[in-house]
Amino acid sequence: MSQIHVITTINGDETEFLCEAQETLLDVLRDHLDLTGSKEGCGTGDCGACSVIVDGRLVCACLMLAGEAEGRSVETIEGMADGDDLHPLQQKFLEMAALQCGVCTPGILVATKNLLERNPNPTEEEVRYWLAGNLCRCTGYDKIIRAVMDTAADMRGAA
Amino acid sequence: MRFQSPESVDEAVALLAADPEARVLAGGTDLLVRLRMGDVAPSAVIDIKRITEMTTIAQDDGGWRIGAAVPSAEMNETAALVTDWPGVTEAADLIGSTQIQGRATVAGNLCNASPAADSVPAMVAAGAVARVAGPNGSRDVPVEDIPTGPGQTSLAQGELVTSIFLPAKPENSGSAYLRFIPRTEMDIAVVGVGITLTLDSAGAVTAAKIALGAVGPKVIVAGDAAKTLIGTTGDDPALDALAAACSAAATPIDDKRGTAEFRRDVTGVIAKRTARIALARAKGEA
Ligand SMILES: Cc1cc2nc3c(=O)[nH]c(=O)nc-3n(C[C@H](O)[C@H](O)[C@H](O)COP(=O)(O)OP(=O)(O)OC[C@H]3O[C@@H](n4cnc5c(N)ncnc54)[C@H](O)[C@@H]3O)c2cc1C
Ligand code: FES
Ligand code: FES
Repeated sequence: MSQIHVITTINGDETEFLCEAQETLLDVLRDHLDLTGSKEGCGTGDCGACSVIVDGRLVCACLMLAGEAEGRSVETIEGMADGDDLHPLQQKFLEMAALQCGVCTPGILVATKNLLERNPNPTEEEVRYWLAGNLCRCTGYDKIIRAVMDTAADMRGAA
Repeated sequence: MRFQSPESVDEAVALLAADPEARVLAGGTDLLVRLRMGDVAPSAVIDIKRITEMTTIAQDDGGWRIGAAVPSAEMNETAALVTDWPGVTEAADLIGSTQIQGRATVAGNLCNASPAADSVPAMVAAGAVARVAGPNGSRDVPVEDIPTGPGQTSLAQGELVTSIFLPAKPENSGSAYLRFIPRTEMDIAVVGVGITLTLDSAGAVTAAKIALGAVGPKVIVAGDAAKTLIGTTGDDPALDALAAACSAAATPIDDKRGTAEFRRDVTGVIAKRTARIALARAKGEA
């Protein structure tokens, strides 16, 4: 079967890859491009561990074919820190222990980064609804929500 | 499997007409789940998101034309659409999570033909019309006539939905959609009710359309239930009659999400609550 040739932008870098028609963006990120920060929890859109941002919109990489990425701009967890400088959300998650095993964390960080770009001053309820599709088996969510609210307040103060 | 991304409706129709095993890919939130589960094995997926006219929301003839490739999140970001048809946008806002809404389309929700599809009763109650393109040109089809049963549609081979049209919002009208699920997010409707109604200057209902989801093999247009509201102000006796008529119109099955008896009862309860919201919106109170 002939492979598809895709040119796309990933975390600001133009990236080329070959893939099969049925491969998902998540398959390509993890298995071809060695960007294993995005996790596969379910593969059916339920858990959010594979969350990435495509042309500014938060989506599940497990429910997007890699071929669809042609000409798009994809942001993954690997692009979140600026070199050694962590994004304020990453820093806060460490400080406030908003993670335990960490499997859900890349997806939750990518999702909340997208939220704060759209809405720098969300209510707690808005944060909880925004993250309804990001499942966490460990934390019970409260620490995550508090870390997001705290980061949002810091970022507003700094702006 | 082939992956194809046509840039025009004509090209998409030609690809679909040439291959009965090809499937349209809109947001992929149903299709790709089924593909990965091995439930479907199409020979090709035809991505419609590169067809410019299908990726826009536009005002049209006083109403709204929503391209079949527009994600539901974008509908809720279009403030004037939310103002005109809150019943439809709030239903679209119930489809899955933020991530799902970044991809899921209401046309896909319709063509997937799940009896529990949330946006479908809301669109039916709004009088929405699907524009269908095919080898013989294009035709307009009321949304309720697209699904014919679970997973089945009236679309012929080579046809696809290109847009959904929501008519001009009538003066003094209000729309609403509510569903019952066991939790507040991320679940499949046990019952869903969409209502659009119009009031006269005295506050009496002059027109109503009611659609029930998840309580039959496809969306149910509850005509008798709509009649119970006409001429009333939507007071408690009128809403009790509405609830009884909606329960009577429902034809649910027993399944793991609820017994038929329970769902028939809940249909009435949800219909009442939905009507209250639609009434308040028609009066400009909500
Ligand atoms: C985690 C999760 C949660 C969900 N929650 C809900 C929910 O709460 N409520 C709900 O109603 N649904 C829910 N869904 C189901 C799904 O998201 C919706 O049905 C969605 O609207 C489908 O739209 P899509 O654009 O992704 O369709 P796709 O998956 O792209 O297509 C669905 C089907 O319709 C066909 N199709 C699509 N577009 C067209 C067209 N224009 N013309 C002809 N055929 C077409 C496709 O070939 C396919 O068979 C959920 C799904 C997931 C994964
Ligand atoms: S792996 Fe994509 S949502 Fe779970
Ligand atoms: S920290 Fe383990 S799943 Fe969230």
